Amino acid sequence: MANTYLLEVGVEEMPAHVVTPSIKQLHQRVANYLKEQRITFDDIQEFATPRRMALLIHGLSDKQPDVDESVKGPAKKIAQDADGNWTKAAIGFTRGQGATVEDIEFKNVKGVEYVFVEKHIAGKNVAEVLQGLPTVITSMTFPTLMKWGYNNLQFIRPIRWLVSLLNQEVVPFKILDVEAGRETQGHRFLGHPVEIAKADDYEELLNNDFVIADQAKRKKLIKNQIEKIVNENDWQVDWDEDLLEEVNNLVEWPTAFAGSFDKKYLALPDAVLITSMKDNQRFFCVRDHDGKLLSHFISVRNGNTDYLDNVIKGNERVLVPRLEDAQFFYQEDQKLTIDEYVERLKKVSFHDKISSMYDKMQRVAVIANVLGKQLNLTDTELADLNRAAHIYKFDLTTQMVGEFAELQGIMGEIYAKLFGEKDDVATAIREHYMPISAEGELPQTKIGAILAIADKLDSIMSFFAVDMIPSGSNDPYALRRQAFGIVRIIADRGWHLPLLNIQTEIIPAFEAANIETNFDLNRNSAEVRTFFLDRIKQLFHGRKIRHDVIDAATDTRQDDVANILDAVQTIDEHKDDESFKEDIEALTRVLRIAKKDKRPVSELSVNPDLFENPSEAKMYTAVSELPEEGQQTVSEAFAALRTLAPVISEYFDENMIMDKNEDIRNNRLAQLSILANQTALIGNLDNLIVK
Amino acid sequence: MTNKLTVQDIIFTLEQYWADQGCMLMQAYDNEKGAGTMSPYTFLRAIGPEPWNVAYVEPSRRPADGRYGENPNRLYQHHQFQVLMKPSPDNIQELYLGSLKELGIDPLEHDIRFVEDNWENPSMGCAGVGWEVWLDGMEVTQFTYFQVVGELPMSPVAAEVTYGLERLAEYIQNVDSVYDLEWADGVLYGDIFQEPEYEHSKYAFEESNQDMLLQDFNDYEKEAKRLIKLGLVHPAYDYVLKCSHTFNLLDARGAVSVTERAGYLHRIRIMAKSIAKAFVEERRKRGFPLIHDEAVRQKTVEEYTEKAEKAKERAAKKAAKKAQKEDK
Repeated sequence: MANTYLLEVGVEEMPAHVVTPSIKQLHQRVANYLKEQRITFDDIQEFATPRRMALLIHGLSDKQPDVDESVKGPAKKIAQDADGNWTKAAIGFTRGQGATVEDIEFKNVKGVEYVFVEKHIAGKNVAEVLQGLPTVITSMTFPTLMKWGYNNLQFIRPIRWLVSLLNQEVVPFKILDVEAGRETQGHRFLGHPVEIAKADDYEELLNNDFVIADQAKRKKLIKNQIEKIVNENDWQVDWDEDLLEEVNNLVEWPTAFAGSFDKKYLALPDAVLITSMKDNQRFFCVRDHDGKLLSHFISVRNGNTDYLDNVIKGNERVLVPRLEDAQFFYQEDQKLTIDEYVERLKKVSFHDKISSMYDKMQRVAVIANVLGKQLNLTDTELADLNRAAHIYKFDLTTQMVGEFAELQGIMGEIYAKLFGEKDDVATAIREHYMPISAEGELPQTKIGAILAIADKLDSIMSFFAVDMIPSGSNDPYALRRQAFGIVRIIADRGWHLPLLNIQTEIIPAFEAANIETNFDLNRNSAEVRTFFLDRIKQLFHGRKIRHDVIDAATDTRQDDVANILDAVQTIDEHKDDESFKEDIEALTRVLRIAKKDKRPVSELSVNPDLFENPSEAKMYTAVSELPEEGQQTVSEAFAALRTLAPVISEYFDENMIMDKNEDIRNNRLAQLSILANQTALIGNLDNLIVK
Repeated sequence: MTNKLTVQDIIFTLEQYWADQGCMLMQAYDNEKGAGTMSPYTFLRAIGPEPWNVAYVEPSRRPADGRYGENPNRLYQHHQFQVLMKPSPDNIQELYLGSLKELGIDPLEHDIRFVEDNWENPSMGCAGVGWEVWLDGMEVTQFTYFQVVGELPMSPVAAEVTYGLERLAEYIQNVDSVYDLEWADGVLYGDIFQEPEYEHSKYAFEESNQDMLLQDFNDYEKEAKRLIKLGLVHPAYDYVLKCSHTFNLLDARGAVSVTERAGYLHRIRIMAKSIAKAFVEERRKRGFPLIHDEAVRQKTVEEYTEKAEKAKERAAKKAAKKAQKEDK
């Protein structure tokens, strides 16, 4: 027979963002448990509201399948004494298996006779298995946990009721002192306690009691209600999936309604209005057909349409002081100048161990200038970048950002324009925070992108310099995300910057600009390099590039991130070429021998007078004809190196590298080292797996 | 809500209601503090195994929030109605909703929601899990299951319900400015508080004597630490409250940099932590008299005594080790 089982865990209101992941987790855990217990089922239906997580499991089997098992015991010679009597060992074994010596059979295992008992284990029936669910429920994990009353159980919120119904029958169990039964709770205010006769009735009974338990149905209803309001008023709505998801998990019986506010507040910047409505009150903003914000909003109540006017009035009243505050801040903030805000940054700490925000801006201005020059910015661009870098944190000291921290950068751009800064400068102020998340949007403007790199680079270098290096899950200043952001911006723009060794350029630039730091930028600079290389690896692992390709290209003497990115892509593009294996083998042969040469490559030169074979001259010409470092792209360099494969083969065929004559030997080693050093621009080709 | 409740009616109603639910009515504690939680009737009594059910009004001073009596919603001093129930009753949410009904707020005529808002007071080593309660979108109550107080994990857990009295009264009386609230028949909130709001703001932002306050903070801290060593928990705690308020005054004056801020909060936390521990110890010595079931009381005292002795042994061993090291 196919059975249906209803499990409902009733809790005090869960946080909205926890509802969806939790029901998925419960689903997964219960499914795994049933599988482990060898109970089959057709499907599991999920229900979730802020006050409940419920599963309806259809097509459950009646019981676990029976199992026939042959259990191996002691060897025959131990089980029986010389007279053929059963020993204690044999008796003990059979007793342990719930059998007697009568049940013993002998079987041959690899030439030795052993005692065996045939066991028949009857499967437990499904109700018995379901009684094991309390452990499944209490082993759930949540982002924040709590205890309540005298209990020690840690859960998301206190458990207040449990429903456990197999068809029509209660499967009894208990969590703490809450007994599972057939009674659920309707809507907190509109509903009542509800007796469920059989599991299948769950959704409908709750529906009659003002709870829409199915998340998807509830969301659809909210959407329809909002759309209806929007259409009636000829508005457009800012659909925000995250907000819809949150609102959906704050209600059991949604009723959407529209409210309005005084038009005078529309003079505020859109970002401010949206933050006040959306982030603080979970309101949906509405616009006219030209996309202009209107002095209305839509919200969703957890209840029916009775007394809706009270609710509308109440919500409108809450919004007014917020908008009033915002308007006050907006006007007050415009009374000061950017210079005054910047001056205040001297008192705002970037980090105790590093410096104030003001000092950070001075450093970032120098770094931005170094980067800007590398990228051949025009004088105007350099001037704009310089201006932006000297003011870009100013909005942190405005009242608006003090109140609405999430508007940092956004208010900076708005105010900068009001204060007469150029558009490029204003935009860079907003864009320097980008990307805000691992996959977040990148800066659109060149100046914004350089400022974003400079700001992040300064953070990474200075935190590393004071030994605050991310480890494991400990990365409180999100330095990994920032480094990854830099790598993404560079990958996006294809910019050539010697980022991995930038300290050597920045330190003298700091000195020239009379910038003093209470930390040594050279400290942990090797770690900074590794840190960036790890982010590059992360980028390509994300793109499913072969590990050995990534390892080869990132084991490099390159400082230029773009070249490393290029190297990964170049190797990846050519790894399936016909001659790839041959070429790489030739080049890695050079690498392996060149390792024996311990002299610094910069001091090496090849003397043609010591050549004994024509292949040496050929090699000499070919290597010296390789384009100079920096005069070619990585992919050109790689292509050029690959053309050397036949020359290399011939060279190895004709010449004994470790010649007895020291001068000849050193001359040949020098030749190979110089070539090896060229290949190091691509990476360590020895890391490639060629088959 | 036809006959508008005055602020004092609201207080009476809440007092009567929570007294009926078994809460003792206490009075505001006579030391400046930033929140009702910092009253010893919450901070200290939440700690330890003894049951405790209490309700009281607490005037709460937040110097940085002062607005010279000009902003309709921000105050140097506001009033909290504080309820603490330990252990947290299973029906604490329903009890709370019952109090709203007593105030004439029928949930069917409004939209009431429990929206996640976990609470933390790092300077007192406190953290809890709970909600802000929304009444038609307005936050009127903070609802918290304490998990840690003075860095001690709670057992049993106390539930705290904190009503923002001004907010709630504004809603009930349907006024937009706190100064228009009717405190008692014919007397407005503004009549009572507008002048002190102005003067306290003027003092906190412009006139406070920073040197004196800095000195005070150091003196209070020293005194608190001395008293903790003597096992004088309550006087020590009074000085921690004074430290906290002194810090808030310095902060409002802008006399504390971001860096120093963390330092001050850390100093307060260290004291709060040792007071929390000392409080449990003093209650143990008194035999946890608020546990009325004699068998449970004895068992609890035994458990805590065992723990205390083990801790003593550990401390002695540590001290001996240290002494040995110093000998070498």
